[in-house]
Amino acid sequence: MKYQKLKKAIVLLADGTIFHGKAVGKEGTAFGEVCFNTGMTGYQEIFTDPSYFGQLMVTTNAHIGNYGVNDEEVESDSIKISGLICKNFSYDYSRDNSNGSLEDFLNAHNLLAISDVDTRALVSYIRDNGSMNALISTEVDNIEGLKKQLAEVPQMAGLELSSKVSTKEPYFFGDENAPIKIAALDLGIKTNILRNLAKRDAYIKVFPYNATYEDLKAFNPDGYFLSNGPGDPEPLVDAQNVAKQIIADNKPLFGICLGHQVIALANGISTYKMHNGHRGINHPVKNLVTGKGEITSQNHGFAINREETEAHSDIEITHVHLNDHTVAGIKMKSKNCFSVQYHPEASPGPHDSSYLFDQFISNIKS
Amino acid sequence: MPKNQNLKSILIIGSGPIVIGQACEFDYSGTQALRSLREDGIETILINSNPATIMTDPTMADHVYLLPLNTKSIIKILKEHPQIDAVLPTMGGQTALNLCIEADEKGIWEDFGVELIGVDIDAINVTEDREQFRALMGKIGVGMAPQATATSFLKGKEIAQEFGFPLCIRSSFTLGGAGAAIVHDEADFDRLLTYGLEISPIHEVMIDKALLGWKEYELELLRDANDNVVIICAIENMDPMGIHTGDSITVAPAMTLSDKTYQKMRDMAIHMMRSIGDFAGGCNVQFAVSPDENEDIIAIEINPRVSRSSALASKATGYPIAKVAAKLALGYHLDELENQITKSTSALFEPTLDYVIVKIPRWNFDKFEGSDRTLGLQMKSVGEVMGIGRSFQEALHKATQSLEIKRNGLGADGKGYKNYEQIIEKLTHASWDRVFVIYDAIAMGIPLKRIHEITKIDMWFLRQYEELFNLEKEISTFTIDTLDRELLLEAKQKGYGDRQIAHMLKCLESEVYKKREELKINRVYKLVDTCAAEFKAQTPYYYSTFEAEIETADGKVFVDNESIVTDKKKVVVLGSGPNRIGQGIEFDYSCVHGVLAAKECGYETIMINCNPETVSTDFDTADKLYFEPVFWEHIYDIIRHEKPEGVIVQLGGQTALKLAEKLSKYGIKVLGTSFEALDLAEDRGRFSDLLTDLKIPFPKFGIAESADEASALADQLDFPLLVRPSYVLGGQGMKIVINKKELEEHVIDLLKSIPGNKLLLDHYLDGAIEAEADAICDTDGNVYIIGIMEHIEPCGIHSGDSNATLPPFNLGDLVMEQIKDHTHKIARALNTVGLINIQFAVKDDKVYIIEANPRASRTVPFIAKAYGEPYVNYATKVMLGHNKVTDFDFNPKLEGYAIKQPVFSFNKFPNVNKALGPEMKSTGESILFIDSLKDDEFYELYARRKMYLSK
Repeated sequence: MKYQKLKKAIVLLADGTIFHGKAVGKEGTAFGEVCFNTGMTGYQEIFTDPSYFGQLMVTTNAHIGNYGVNDEEVESDSIKISGLICKNFSYDYSRDNSNGSLEDFLNAHNLLAISDVDTRALVSYIRDNGSMNALISTEVDNIEGLKKQLAEVPQMAGLELSSKVSTKEPYFFGDENAPIKIAALDLGIKTNILRNLAKRDAYIKVFPYNATYEDLKAFNPDGYFLSNGPGDPEPLVDAQNVAKQIIADNKPLFGICLGHQVIALANGISTYKMHNGHRGINHPVKNLVTGKGEITSQNHGFAINREETEAHSDIEITHVHLNDHTVAGIKMKSKNCFSVQYHPEASPGPHDSSYLFDQFISNIKS
Repeated sequence: MPKNQNLKSILIIGSGPIVIGQACEFDYSGTQALRSLREDGIETILINSNPATIMTDPTMADHVYLLPLNTKSIIKILKEHPQIDAVLPTMGGQTALNLCIEADEKGIWEDFGVELIGVDIDAINVTEDREQFRALMGKIGVGMAPQATATSFLKGKEIAQEFGFPLCIRSSFTLGGAGAAIVHDEADFDRLLTYGLEISPIHEVMIDKALLGWKEYELELLRDANDNVVIICAIENMDPMGIHTGDSITVAPAMTLSDKTYQKMRDMAIHMMRSIGDFAGGCNVQFAVSPDENEDIIAIEINPRVSRSSALASKATGYPIAKVAAKLALGYHLDELENQITKSTSALFEPTLDYVIVKIPRWNFDKFEGSDRTLGLQMKSVGEVMGIGRSFQEALHKATQSLEIKRNGLGADGKGYKNYEQIIEKLTHASWDRVFVIYDAIAMGIPLKRIHEITKIDMWFLRQYEELFNLEKEISTFTIDTLDRELLLEAKQKGYGDRQIAHMLKCLESEVYKKREELKINRVYKLVDTCAAEFKAQTPYYYSTFEAEIETADGKVFVDNESIVTDKKKVVVLGSGPNRIGQGIEFDYSCVHGVLAAKECGYETIMINCNPETVSTDFDTADKLYFEPVFWEHIYDIIRHEKPEGVIVQLGGQTALKLAEKLSKYGIKVLGTSFEALDLAEDRGRFSDLLTDLKIPFPKFGIAESADEASALADQLDFPLLVRPSYVLGGQGMKIVINKKELEEHVIDLLKSIPGNKLLLDHYLDGAIEAEADAICDTDGNVYIIGIMEHIEPCGIHSGDSNATLPPFNLGDLVMEQIKDHTHKIARALNTVGLINIQFAVKDDKVYIIEANPRASRTVPFIAKAYGEPYVNYATKVMLGHNKVTDFDFNPKLEGYAIKQPVFSFNKFPNVNKALGPEMKSTGESILFIDSLKDDEFYELYARRKMYLSK
């Protein structure tokens, strides 16, 4: 092993601010909306989470890559973030139960990564100025050219992205002889949601984001699931219509994250883009029904309007985020329908909320 | 449920004197708990026999009882305060829990209608009694190592036969792993089993299959009465299973755990916590993880109380565990409390770190001659340091720079080991220096795999070491002129000190500093904020690092620095670094009071210290806390950044004091007594000249630099002689010799370990009585003696190891007059501004000067507690020039006598010579108040004195 000198690289924000760093490996330029995740574990799960599609991910943990990658600890079939920004990158890893280094994994998925950035300053900057489009690049001598390219990247607000990450064809997950059948609408579903449902004796058929209620109904499911996913929920009109029909039929329905927002929209509650979103695995949520707290995994840049939710006659707020009191979970009083803004499937993150899957199953059974 | 309204008056039990395994971290947690209860309007009553603590300050609790920690004292307190509603036993370590159980068994709590809060007796018992704990873990399906309990020697032998070796023996109800050992083969088993049984108060040991080489983790948790559990911090031990966690190098956050395995561990911890009965507060759970692909997790133990690790976790994350734990004991739920750092988000959350902390223990094996220096299941360190950095490497470097063992960090100082056999031996038998030896091994070319096989340290850590060494090699190919900015920045980011870089480039430290200035490679300060900058933090808790540049849209280039300098007048207080024998919690007490006094004088106070166990490094103490090594480079950069009016060095013991010279040299004002005066007091020759001028007697002495010179000197001075190196701490290397043979041996020994040092030879006043005085002196030469103490043991035993009374018990008026007179004269002659401590030997009614130290001494907190007076506060105000000694209304209150009793930790070193001498060996002290000299305890101590005299 010898000392390795790394090439220079930069993060360029849409407002023209530049953060200097070094290229982890491959050269080039990558674009996306810059966001940060404060988790101290679970980088591989984060990078493969479809909800992060189109985002330049700043990992706040001081080191990334320490334990390599594992073929099974993925949330989809590929890396979904558009680029990685980190502080210290571990080229060498240490874990017996690993299939290779993070560097190789990033290269295999052709992902650009930059390290040695003052990520803390970058996070503070996003916190104060809001999330914005950015690029990372090794073309450090072509700032003006890069600025022009960056200006052409569309804004996240109003952007429909489920179509980019959803499955093209329906597929099945779990044991086909399982007693419960669930139809899941894939708006960018994380695999661990499917694992959690399958573990609870469910057989799941996963449908593309643009499937109709009739498509789903044809599977003859006992319950319906609306998944997480990237982008703005508002343009997802088809999914909202599906939700409306499921609700109208009063079929058991559970939504997570983007699915939760879709359910809110289906009930006439609006959504908005948050200042910088919630992304981490330490977010405190209070279950208003039980009075208990839970530490949750979160990843969302949009949220549902609290006042409208409170004013809605058929919606009860079941969970609130303890830091900023945003709505973290709702249920419909007259229907068999509930949803949460956060990720009970964790991966990465704590398992405090996995009871929600039990609740869904029990809703189906009752 | 909110706070329990029935609780209005609460008793807190402290942890007593400092011993190995239970140190000043409990002063930190106790102090936090008291403040926290007070915020809620609760009346607080405290019992603790350790006077050298902040928690026992009269201002900390409504009633402070400096009484021995026994049930007799508890009864006395409960009788005097029938209003006490509850007792909180989780803040004073194992000592407090044990006392609580004893009082419970005797029915005391019930008799006085006192409720136990924070934890219930069943929870304590189930976590302490290894048999019960094992049964419970079995019930809830948490794995443990094969383990069985022996309450007899015979049973122990049977278990060993069943399990086979290697085995661990752990004694029940003991502290810091006392009585614990790894047994590799049968030959050692009988002896260690017997010892383990003997040391357990209930004559019980647990024998378990040794999981040597498994990775070791600790989780610090909070649980509230509503069963909410949060993990405040996950700590990874770099040293795997087999070395006590208190003796392990530990890192946070966990560096080598996948989310899958971490979450599994988290689930287990929560499950365990919820299974142990009623508990509301802070708790620690330890796990081992198999290093293979199975990543099996087994539980080691639970401690249902705040601990050394929770203090570390609080400092590591910024989340004040004890403070919140005290609130939870009152009945609050986590979601009802706010995050103390952000003041805007919830206390129910899990901190996230965007930096790395490394804790390295501080050992003092040199004080325990003949001790087994190998690390194992029994804790042997006396203190610890923490380094914070933006990478593991930077944190590791900062921690090694904090240790004050004359190293500048890892490698690059010419002090590494170069002998292959020695390196292998030192890797195999871990001791205080293994953290350095790993670097030496890599430098020597020993493959990482081999180092891993020997140490079982995770390869990730070893690769980090290797990267450091590769960088050193790369830099060494340059000169100060050819080194480019990028490489120098990288070296600084990885924590290398300017001195080390100078060593690599073969130039001066000052040249590296200059180059850094030119290239604008400057330290910036980042916040410890619990949330990785996700939220704005309100707490001024900083660490330094080096960062990459940022460029604004209009082309301004800068490096982000979060420590904003105010325009207030400021003062820096230098802390005392890691606890060690001779420099312990007393100095932290003084530093904290210095900070508080300076605040009262209108200064913005800045604390620099690296000891995570202390109150001084609580972000609530100073206006700004820099958690940094008390190491020149770091201090100088902070001073350059903050531009304080001056620096207080006389409160932080020798650590701070020895920086006075450099501060003066760089034109930074040393507040209080000047460097010249400090130097004069240390320089035996010049100091003796001063004494001669003042006509104050002192024992005949001389200075020698070789055995020959020493021998010649001995003829002039006469035996017995006291021989010691100059500029040392706690009497290190000090010895009384009675003939030339002993003299020669000791001189050669000293010159070998401290080459080039000057040796002081004093004629030793055989059979003399020792006394000491502490005084405050101002710029006008006003002197006030705060206390005079007489040692019960004769001269020759280190003052820190002597029992001593305040005031003296049998010094005549003539002697007292001489002591006072000498103290006044010397304090003035040294131009003391602030505190001074002078030690005397009294023989044939004549008072000789042994030494004078113009700084806060070990006895100052004791005297302050005994007299109920804030002397450090006064002294600080004098140092700052804010007050004169004559401004204060001194009003000492003490009926009878206060006896200072040293406390030793010899049980951790069974083979060590326990005889006392001029070298200090005690780890802590307690205070005992007696009404008169007829008191039995005094009589016993006094009678023992004769034992020393007859020797």
